[in-house]
Amino acid sequence: MSDNTLSYVRADMLGAEPPPISNKSVAGWLQTNLLATPKDVVLTIIALAVLAFTLPGIINWLFIQASWVGSDRSVCATIAQGGIQPDGWKGACWAFVQDRFQQFIFGRYPIDERWRVILVGLMLIVLLVPLLIPKLPHKTINAVLLFVVFPIVAFVLLRGGDFVGLQRVDTPLWGGMMVTLILSFVGIAVSFPFGILLALGRRSNMPIVKMFCVIFIEVIRGVPLVMVLFMANVMLPLFLPVGWTIDNFLRAVVGVALFASAYMAEVIRGGLQAIPKGQAEGADSLGLSYWQKTRLIILPQAIKVVIPGIVNTFIGLFKDTSLVSIIGMFDLLNIIRLNFADTTWITPMTPLTGLVFAGFVFWIFCFGMSRYSAFMERHLDTGHKR
Amino acid sequence: MTDSTVTAPPPKRETKSLIYDPKARSIFFQVLTLVGVVVAVMWIAHNVSSNLARTNTASGYGFLNGRSGFDVGQSLIAYSSDSTYGRAILVGLLNTLLIAVTGIITATIVGFIIGIGRLSKNWLIAKLCMVYVEIFRNIPPLLVIFFWYSGVLAVLPQPRDAIQGPLSTFLSNRGLTFPYPIWGDGASVIPIAFVIAVIGAIGFAVWQKKRQMATGKQLPTGWISAAIIIGLPLLAFLAVGAPLTFDYPVEGRFNLSGGGTIRPEFVALYLALSLYTAAFIAEIIRAGIKGVGKGQTEAAAALGLQPNKTTQLVVVPQAFRIIIPPLTSQYLNLTKNSSLGVAIGFPELFSTGSTSLNQTGQAVEMISIMLAIYLTISILTSLFMNWFNAKMALVER
Repeated sequence: MSDNTLSYVRADMLGAEPPPISNKSVAGWLQTNLLATPKDVVLTIIALAVLAFTLPGIINWLFIQASWVGSDRSVCATIAQGGIQPDGWKGACWAFVQDRFQQFIFGRYPIDERWRVILVGLMLIVLLVPLLIPKLPHKTINAVLLFVVFPIVAFVLLRGGDFVGLQRVDTPLWGGMMVTLILSFVGIAVSFPFGILLALGRRSNMPIVKMFCVIFIEVIRGVPLVMVLFMANVMLPLFLPVGWTIDNFLRAVVGVALFASAYMAEVIRGGLQAIPKGQAEGADSLGLSYWQKTRLIILPQAIKVVIPGIVNTFIGLFKDTSLVSIIGMFDLLNIIRLNFADTTWITPMTPLTGLVFAGFVFWIFCFGMSRYSAFMERHLDTGHKR
Repeated sequence: MTDSTVTAPPPKRETKSLIYDPKARSIFFQVLTLVGVVVAVMWIAHNVSSNLARTNTASGYGFLNGRSGFDVGQSLIAYSSDSTYGRAILVGLLNTLLIAVTGIITATIVGFIIGIGRLSKNWLIAKLCMVYVEIFRNIPPLLVIFFWYSGVLAVLPQPRDAIQGPLSTFLSNRGLTFPYPIWGDGASVIPIAFVIAVIGAIGFAVWQKKRQMATGKQLPTGWISAAIIIGLPLLAFLAVGAPLTFDYPVEGRFNLSGGGTIRPEFVALYLALSLYTAAFIAEIIRAGIKGVGKGQTEAAAALGLQPNKTTQLVVVPQAFRIIIPPLTSQYLNLTKNSSLGVAIGFPELFSTGSTSLNQTGQAVEMISIMLAIYLTISILTSLFMNWFNAKMALVER
């Protein structure tokens, strides 16, 4: 056997293969993500058609045709409707939003007293932001300030009265974004502790306590919020002794808080159920009392598991505050709607503009909350997730 | 047994304070709760009765037989302002159920499409579906309702300038007017044929399943069932001589006459609730499908199942188990959200109920009726879904 007779053995190396097309270029990306199969091509064409059909109209309406400045309806109405725009004009009436912006925020709160609302808003930001950033210290003090001291100060400032030397502003004058935020804040601050208590009650082994908690939670969850608000509005005055009255705003607050508590309870119960029994037994064996066990061992773990659910409940609560318009309160959505009938701004484009603006505000808040919840979930994920 | 005589005598019971006995404490707390609740209820009941006595409100449900005196925009059953309050509430209940059923069907279909779309490998489709979900999940349903009602439907033209659609339909700010079908003699056999067809299709599916178990051969059950369910009523329709005529809407000088009309309130509420709930259903569907382990798909591929069969036989049945419980609560949410119709004057249960309450002043009675109806709806839905869930649940050893 002499050398080199095995002619099928390759002597030289093959050249390098080209990289997969998907990693190479824009064309490659298009190939894999938009045009992979004939079905994908069809879907892409449909999607592009949908975009081509809707997007130019939306952008046109929102920005290009939109009327940005003006002080009355003429800038947003066509000539036939008594305005300055050409016939067939369709565009957003941002001038309306700009003109009524203050009202959207403060409602009918007296103009000279609005600094009080702004001050409360600033206090809220100053107290809330540090609480939301995990790295910052003194969380307990911060939380006490936010959930105990702040509500009292805010109430005194907003309502005023002779004893603090401020003009008294009663709740019927409150309105707009301010009401939406107050209702959400109170709803969140009340529903969280109440939800925990209800959830613990529902899982308690005392049958009577458990029964009351189950009845409360299931009745509230079985009816619409509108119904709960309506009940609070109609029934609360009947429940109180003859001669007592209860503020309309307070009725709405009670309704929202009760409703949110029932939902919160169910979310937290989910978390409690996810904690292995061994944790509670371990705490028992260390001689911890029921409240020590709950506070130090069970709740911290349970709440961590259900943070997404809790934030979802908060988002739902924030959105649901818009329903107070049905019992005649002027939150952000309702105060915007109130302006649709205002002769200064009545045009065919006003309602849509106002609603798009309201939608944008709600969207920013809710989307922000959901992003924050996603961040917290990652931050708290210590790898024990089962 | 002899050991027990050796051990130390049991500790004296008397020295142990009752405070440290968990059983005693539990009883104590429960008695305390019970007494607290009973006292609160009695206090409230006393206040309610004295408040009612002060305003001279008669109690009892007799008012339900009184003349309501108000009109409703849309009713599935005959109703006029001369009808009773009881009938007004029934009209509201039927409208609520109408919105719930149509909304649930549409929301499920749209939600399913969007949810699948978000999982698509096609980047553009996935992103479009994501935008849809993120928009609708983050705005209040009431706003969506107003968007359709005052933003879109209210700016439609007057009836005399109505937009004419295909098949003699007209779209105007009074709603959608369409040719109203009038059934002639013998039309009653069609629903009977439909019921027979459904029973037949179920029977066929059962038989097919047995045959597959015995012989391993499959028939296209879905197509054949669909053919039976559509075909039999159609045959019946033709057999009795097609007894169907239409009442076409006619454009008058100022208004449209004839035909049937779907009111804009219904359209706005239906569209808003369907599209809003669809965003949540899409997320549930997506989570359900993603929740099925990758190993399942791979195992199916290893067994030689084709992608379609993998989805149909392996992924979907397992995803269903994850999907059903949250889907139930979305259905309930949609039903409860139908009460938002009151904001645009759609006569659903809450709307007719609260109007009756305002007219009669019978707060306690009306609220108890509405509460009972809403709770019944949610309990019935939960029971059905729990049964369905138990049927679908994984049977383990």
